[in-house]
This record gives sequence, C-alpha cells and structure tokens, in this order.
Amino acid sequence: MGAKWFGASVQRKEDPALLTGRGRFVDDIKLPGMLHVVVLRSPHPHAAIRGIDKTRALALPGVHAVVTFADLPESMRRQTVPLLVPNPAIKQVYMPYCLARDEVCFAGEPICLVVAESRYVAEDAAALVDIDFEPLPAIADCADALAPGAPLAHRDATSNLGAHIPLDVGNVDAAFAAAAHVFRERIFQHRGGPFFMECRGMIAAPDPATESLTIYVSSQGPHRHKRVLLDLLDWADHQLRIVTPDVGGGFGPKGSFYAEYGALAAAAMALRRPLKWIEDRQENFLSTQQERDQYWDVEIATDADARILGIRGKLVHDSGAYMPWGVVLPWIAATTVPGPYVIPSFKLDVLCAFTNKVPTSPVRGAGRPEAVVVMERLVDRVARELKLDRAEVRRRNFIQPAQMPYKVGIIFRDGRPVTYDSGDYPVCQQSALAAVDYENFKARQALARRQGRYIGIGFGNAVEATGLGPYESATARVATSGRITVYTGATPQGQSHKTTLAQIAADQFGCTPDDVTIVTGDTAATGLGVGSFAARTAVNAGSSVHLASKEAAHKIRQFAAAMMEVAEGDIELENGFAKVAGSDLKRSFREVAAKAVGMPGFSMAGGPLPGLEATSHFTPDQSTYSNGTHVAEVEVDIETGQVTILRYLVMHDCGHVINPMVVEGQVVGGVIHGVGNAFFERMVYDGDAQPVSTHFGDYLLPLATDSPNVEVLHMETPSPLNPLGLKGAGEGGTIPAIATLMAAVENALEPFGVHIAEAPITPQRIVELLGEAAKGRTK
Amino acid sequence: MSNRRKIKLTVNGQDYERETETRTTLVDFLRHELDLTGTHVGCEHGVCGACTVLVDGISARGCLMLAVQAAGKKITTVEGLANPDGSLNTLQQAFMDNHGLQCGFCTPGMLTTLTEFLAHNPDPSETEVRIAISGNLCRCTGYQSIVAAALQAARVMREGKS
Repeated sequence: MGAKWFGASVQRKEDPALLTGRGRFVDDIKLPGMLHVVVLRSPHPHAAIRGIDKTRALALPGVHAVVTFADLPESMRRQTVPLLVPNPAIKQVYMPYCLARDEVCFAGEPICLVVAESRYVAEDAAALVDIDFEPLPAIADCADALAPGAPLAHRDATSNLGAHIPLDVGNVDAAFAAAAHVFRERIFQHRGGPFFMECRGMIAAPDPATESLTIYVSSQGPHRHKRVLLDLLDWADHQLRIVTPDVGGGFGPKGSFYAEYGALAAAAMALRRPLKWIEDRQENFLSTQQERDQYWDVEIATDADARILGIRGKLVHDSGAYMPWGVVLPWIAATTVPGPYVIPSFKLDVLCAFTNKVPTSPVRGAGRPEAVVVMERLVDRVARELKLDRAEVRRRNFIQPAQMPYKVGIIFRDGRPVTYDSGDYPVCQQSALAAVDYENFKARQALARRQGRYIGIGFGNAVEATGLGPYESATARVATSGRITVYTGATPQGQSHKTTLAQIAADQFGCTPDDVTIVTGDTAATGLGVGSFAARTAVNAGSSVHLASKEAAHKIRQFAAAMMEVAEGDIELENGFAKVAGSDLKRSFREVAAKAVGMPGFSMAGGPLPGLEATSHFTPDQSTYSNGTHVAEVEVDIETGQVTILRYLVMHDCGHVINPMVVEGQVVGGVIHGVGNAFFERMVYDGDAQPVSTHFGDYLLPLATDSPNVEVLHMETPSPLNPLGLKGAGEGGTIPAIATLMAAVENALEPFGVHIAEAPITPQRIVELLGEAAKGRTK
Repeated sequence: MSNRRKIKLTVNGQDYERETETRTTLVDFLRHELDLTGTHVGCEHGVCGACTVLVDGISARGCLMLAVQAAGKKITTVEGLANPDGSLNTLQQAFMDNHGLQCGFCTPGMLTTLTEFLAHNPDPSETEVRIAISGNLCRCTGYQSIVAAALQAARVMREGKS
C-alpha cells in the first residue's frame, strides 16, 4: 500500500462547515442556565489593592456574583498558576494568582469576575465594583528595568532581573583577539502580539450528575491546561474534562494558561452554573500575551576573507510582569542566532527583565525572527564593510550538507546539544536567488535610480527547530460500525490537522481522508497530549497518527485473516474492506471490528489483543530542522517613507510535505505576519507602562492592500528522525521575513547611507532616518 | 421609556419577530437571540470586518449597528449564502478550491463583503479585490488565497451568465 494521499493537495475537510456558518467556536456554544462573565482588570500598571467593595455591583438586577481572590477555594489561594517550564537560569519566579491577591503588576491583570444574566449586565456591573488602589511606581522599558534604582515591577522583588542565561561556546575572546575585522550592531526589535481574529474564551460547565467540570476553551492544547487546573483545584483526573472546539487562530499565546481560567473554573463550581467568558478585543490588547521588546548589542569577528570567527554580545529581553513560559522565548532567540552558518565561537549574555506589562510568550516564530534579524544584519554589515556581495559572504560561511548532522555547539534548554539533522543551505540560497534573477538586480536597480526610483533587494536565511518533543498522542480506532476515528492531543487553530492527519491515516487503512474523522484537543479522548505550537504537529502528531493507524490496520489484517482462514500477508485493505488478494473473499471493517471486540463467553486468549485500535506517542529524540531563504524586492518612496513590496519569494524546505496546498498557505500567511512585524505592528506603552495602542485603529495589522503575492518554492530534504521524513512548516514563513525586509529597505536606501537596525520600521521612521543620514548622523 | 423594542426583520429569507434591548448590537442579536452564530465578533469597533452582514444587500458591520436599526430590513448572513440545495455557492466553492480560509473566523465577513463586491463588479482586477477586502482583517492566510478565490468566483460567475 503506497502513499496515495500523503503528498497530495487534498481539499480541506474543515471547509464546508466554516464556509456555511456551521463552525463551532467557543462563543457559539450555548448551554442551559449559562451565566456570563466579565473579567474586571487592573487599570493600573502597578498598584496595591487595599480593598474591594462589591455592594453597588451586587445590587444591580441580574448580577449573580462578584468573585475576588478571597472567594477562591483554598487550593487557589495557597498557590499561584504554576510555572510549567522551570529552568536554573530563572533567578526570581513570579507567577500570578488566579485573581490578584493584593498587588497588580500590569494594566489588564485580572482582579474580579463579575457574573450576570448577560454580558451586557455584567459589563454594567463591572463599572460598579469599587476597588481601592494604591498606585505604585511602574517600570515600562526592559533596558531601563535593569538600571540601578529602577522602579521594581514586583514590590517585594530584589531587582527586575528575572533570569540570566549565559551561553558560551568556543573561545570567543581569542577569536575576537585574532580577528581581522570586528563590527558591532545595536538592534532594537519589537514584535507585537498574536492578534488572532477570535479572541480568547472559555466556558466552565459543572456536571452535577458526575460531580465533574467540563471546560470548553479556545486553546492550542487542552491537556496542559488540565494539568494546571488539576493542580489549582487539587482534583483527581476524572473530575475534569477540557475540550477545545474550533479555534480562530492561536499563533502561540493561546497555548498559555491564563489566570482567569482558574478563577472561572472555581466560580462555576461555586455557583453550580455554566459560566461563559469571552475576551473582548480591548482585553485582548491588555491581557493576551505578546512577544514585544528585545535589545541586542552584538559584535561579529571575521578573518580577512569574511569568514566568521565568532559572535558575542548581550540580549535584554522584556519578560513582562510574569514568566508564564519561563525562559523559553529568549532561549530560543539566543540559540537560533547561528542559523545556517559555521560560528566557531559564540557568547551571549541573555538578561530577562520584569516590567509592568503583560507577560511575554512565544508568538509565531518564537524569538527566531529576532535572532535571524541579528545574524543577517551582522552578515550584511560584513559584506558592506568588506565590499563583498551579500550572497558571497553567506556562501563562504554556510554549513555544508556533508557536515550533517551538524552540532552547532550550543546547548538547548533541555540541556542537550543543538544538532541540525539535515538540510542543504547553499543550494537553498542559490535557488532562491536564481529564481529572482539576483545576478541582474544591480542593473535593474541602477536603471530605477536613474528614473528617481529607489528599489532594493534583501534576503535572509534561517534554520528553524521544529517538531520538538516530548511527544503527541494518537489513538486510531475502527468502530463496530466500521467507521474510523483518530484521536489526538494535537489542537489545530487553522492549520488543517483534520485534513492532513486524515491523509496520513487513510494511507494505512486503504480508504480516503473523508473516511477518517480526526478528533482533536479533548482530554476525554486521549489521556495524554501536548498541543499544537512550535511547528510540532506534523512531526509529533503526524508520526503518531501514522504509527497508530499502521498498527490498527495490522490488527484488521490479523482478525480478518483468522476469520477467512488465510495468511495475514494475503489481506489488502481497500474501501472499508479487508480483501484476500486475488479472490472475491472479503470482510467489511464493520464485520472485522465486531469480531475484534469479542462476544461474552467466547475466549479471545492467544489471539491479537481485543479491539481494532492502537495508540502511539511518537517521542522524537530531538528537533528536526527546517530551513529557508527569503528574498524581497521593495521600492521606497523617499518623500513619504512608504515601502512597496514588489516581489517576495520563499525557498522553503520542511522535508516531505503532507499537503502542498496547506503548507503553501502556512508559508504565505507566515510571511504576511512578518510583513506586519517589519512595517506595522507596534504595541505602544507610555513611560508609566500604561498601554496606549488598545485597538486596531492604533495597532495596525497588514491589510490585503499591504500584502504582496508570495511565491513559494520547495526543496524536500527529508528528516531522518521520523518515519515520514517530516519537518515543521508553521513558522518558516515568518522567521526570515523581518530580516529580509529590513535588508531590502536598507539596500533601496543605499545611496543615502541609511542603516536599518530596528523593527518595526514605519514610514515616519524611514523619513526620519533619511533626514538623519542627510545630516551625517547615521553611522 | 422602556429600553426594549419589538422588531420584525427578515434574515436569510426567514421572518423573525423578537423583543430586544435597544442597546443590543445587530451581531449580538443574530448570534445570541436568533442563534445564527456563523457571523463572528472580532473587534467590536468596526475595524476587523468579521461581523460583516448584508443589510438590504449592502455590507454593514454587525458590531456597529443596533438590532433595532435592522427593523424592517432584509439581512443576509453567512448562513444564507449557500445554494438552495445546501451545496456551496460559487464563491464558497472558490474559497475551498483556493484554500481561502485557515481558521475560518474572518471567513463569514470575507464572504459577505465579496458577495456585495462581486455583484457590483463582476470582472474585477486583483487590485480591486484587494481594495474590496481591505476592511477585513485575516491573520492566517496573508490574503493571497482569498484574492485568488474571489477572482476564480468572478470568472465562474461570468462564465455561468454568458
């Protein structure tokens, strides 16, 4: 049975419902007796809470409760939301209580739940809760936060230093001492938030019949939420089921457990009513985690031929008020810097600073876009200073395919060395540049300049760790009706898992993807699960679905062979039947499944294990490494600073592709996320850490009119680390995009000597930089 | 004066009569009082376009319009776009063919916006399509596949008429 569906651009099983208004997002679920909740949040970036008076709010008709910290169960008053990813680099642990106890540390931190008959009444009542705040000094900027005497983000902290990650590979000081050239770059990078179109939301529904709680939540994986809630409620496994219905985008921050989730669960149990909370967009700006600020101060050392000898420097990372993902984000950023290049020595001090802003956590790309900006800016700088072609400098420094598997020398946060599994970086760049006729760009640019047009080309290379473990679950089951369901802990937010995973299963069962139903994100369906983030689902869930389906198909053959008294090897699976090759003999999956569940009183001893089902938890030994080259041509209007993207091309290598249509969609969407980060998206706070950009009028996402058509080309270097040769594809569109666009803008403005060392870069800023360059103040 | 009003309106060809609070937005009314949850709420300040519905054939933000303002009007939502036999209409099919949706949350607003647009401009250029949907945010697709879907739908609709 060959791969019939794997590799095909199968149309999506998700589409018909979503195109006709029959999707089921969390706010579409309506339960009998359901009440509505508003989360009352801190208006202050930093304040002590001296008292809360509910009297006026409770007097409003239709209000059922105002829930504060004091009303939470003892198990939630004694512990904060747990830190799921501890690391020795973390110097001070701050995590929030499910509702603020006596201190709020960012504007937007949850203080009360207001429960009422309708959302409208709950909002009325929220305005009537009287909270006595004592405002405290707040710290807004992460670099300022580390200065002596800075206001403390937490009033009992010893400093604002949350974590310190020292990375040190090779002898960097010797490398710099021996270098022919050393160049320094100071780069400020800001990435905004995820800004999925469906805000967060949750329903907590107590079931009096079983004394348990069912939760519907818009998430990227309910199993980790369950783990946290079991801790917070001090409950046993059977008391809690968490289901994730359709999810309207996640991009990272829907993977986090938020304090209000715990409070909502506790309040539903106390009130014995289903409670629904749907985040509104203003709350989304205030309280959904973002990626935000990084200050990089880095130096590169090369020999006389532009071969890199070392990189050293410092990264200051904005953690926000808490560290929900520990040091995951800055660690990924730091360890992604070397990318596809041989970097013999590397030393980076990573300082994570607490600020009075919403916590940061990975957003699509997860720190890698910033790392690629740093590396690619450094390489472009070397090329400029040494008057070499930018592509040539990269060629001289690429890791060669023959060096695979390649040990980068850096230690990942699991304590193991970063080792690239496969990839051909020189060919990737060469193919991308050939596709855009890079050779002749200089001539086109010169012609344009003679016409008064400033066009530029930029490119960026990236290597991306994908498919990180520990595992994903899959259980494949043929029901006694003959119908096939595969359950997995993977939890899609638009990535088409219900189609792509069905393609993988269909190849094993000899059926079509339409014959396989994929059930995702339900803790009652699979005991274990990790969820969908970090471009991990194809590798982890894909492999598990493959292995579980293969084993379940094997059991069909075992039972069918016994039923028809033929050899197992003679059985072929086709269209819902187990057939004996070369004969008319066959049994339907329904008949085989009925046999496989057994009959009371009839022994199954000595045969295959009962049931046409199998479970797999594929546990990869390490990450797989996708890679790509992006190329952008832009035109900059030097009067207005407006940037037009004339052409955008991606050469992408994510190993074997399950569904080319889906991968192309992931890559193109990812690039446009990068366009937003490069040119538009900025979460603005004032000097006191008060959020200023709290709606889509102030915080700009890329529109259709801002977005180029993206050309996507593929290389397929299969990973040797999993049975299907898969690597992740969810973030490769975003990761090199910002670096590529910065380089293209800088190249367009080359005649003016403008140097781009910050993102996002807005039209206003481009005009400013042109002015500074004209005055000779830009380096 | 009571802050509740009785309103009559037609949604997707079906007549409804309901009493509602005057402050209820049209999108909340459709979603929570008529249980037509296909229309989505994305920002509640008129920027994202997810809640776009057709009011007497003209696109309107369901979050910026009150339900009482829809009294006597004919509303079309995403639930009312499919062919009478329930199959996907030309535009919906084009979205499916071109992978014009990922999470599907912005999709209802994209479909209603493009339904109005293609009715007035049956032979649009790519740029015209991009301008037409520039009031609808999508975070997943990068718009490219939505534009391709709209152009395919326009082509198929023109061929169907010729």
